[in-house]
Amino acid sequence: MPRAKVQRKSTSIDMTAMCDVSFLLLTFFILTATARQPDPLKITIPSSTYKIPVPDVDIAKLSIGHGKVFYEVAGKDVKMATLDKMAAQYKISFTPQERERFGVIQSFGVPIQSLKQYIGLRDEEARTKSGLSTGIPADSTNNQLSDWILNSRQAVAELHSQPMRISVRGDADEEYPVIKKIVDILQKQKINKFSLITSAEGGAK
Amino acid sequence: MAELDTSGGGKKGGGKVRTKKANTKVDLTAMVDLAFLLITFFMLTTSLSKPIAMDIAKPDKDAKDENRLELRASQTMTILLGKQNKVAWYMGEAGKETPTVEGFGDIRGSILKNKKKVADLYGNDPKKTLVIVIKPTSGATYKNFVDIMDELNIAKITAAPAIDDENITDAEKSFLKQNQLL
Repeated sequence: MPRAKVQRKSTSIDMTAMCDVSFLLLTFFILTATARQPDPLKITIPSSTYKIPVPDVDIAKLSIGHGKVFYEVAGKDVKMATLDKMAAQYKISFTPQERERFGVIQSFGVPIQSLKQYIGLRDEEARTKSGLSTGIPADSTNNQLSDWILNSRQAVAELHSQPMRISVRGDADEEYPVIKKIVDILQKQKINKFSLITSAEGGAK
Repeated sequence: MAELDTSGGGKKGGGKVRTKKANTKVDLTAMVDLAFLLITFFMLTTSLSKPIAMDIAKPDKDAKDENRLELRASQTMTILLGKQNKVAWYMGEAGKETPTVEGFGDIRGSILKNKKKVADLYGNDPKKTLVIVIKPTSGATYKNFVDIMDELNIAKITAAPAIDDENITDAEKSFLKQNQLL
């Protein structure tokens, strides 16, 4: 009697559907991704239950933490225009290449005198290591922060004919007087409205 | 790779030489692997929690405008932010009431209680609701300030809060010092 043959079945699974799904998800994530920018200043922002998202354009971001202030204004064109104005004011000239490079630098915290050197550094890592980021001077005698804000406000007004918004990213453990000092600078320019950036908090309602 | 040959048994009698059909299946395993790897990467790098803005309006410093609001003492609650995540609050005028010291966990209850009290006092008049004056002192941290603004939002305080970090009275200061909050 012939032995009953066991039917051999293919062990391969049809992966087409899985592949489809995974690529669909992949496309979705690529399109929605805004790569997390490493911030040169380590900050933990407090959380709140507010639900208003931060706009992406025509906004300046002040990061305050560990007694230092970092500054960033959104948009490459605005950044470059701001640099031009600052260069004119402080009589420092920047080459077109340096302007271009400054246009893609994120948040920075260097005095304008060492900005040229800061821009010249290769990448973000080198910039962090360089030790140039001592925060933007914001004393009453040497108030570069105020100038940065004023110049970028003008740049935004000229380029986009929009008022610039100011947002403050403060470290949760920062003492209030430090924040107050920065807010006082804003108020001196008649900026009485600004946004505090917080992270979303799910629970409490 | 993991595929077994299931295509018949090769030559089986008969004379005609058939051209062997090429297998049209492509092994997708590697592709799926890669896709999931990339998905994982993008999922992790996407900042899921978008930053949220809390709009703050501070009183104009050198305001010369005449339309300053007169506040009734009975509808004003002053919250002082002190050291060690503690707050002190009182209703009405400075110096006349003894402030209550509380932690951040309890302040919400107090705000709601006072809100109700004021609403009852004025018969739910929408123009006369509780007004809160926030006075962050030098001992407070930034987080305390954000938290208290958040509590107001949670408690649905409609009147714009006054943020006053200039005029902290001596009475308030000495009270905070006594309670080691300054």
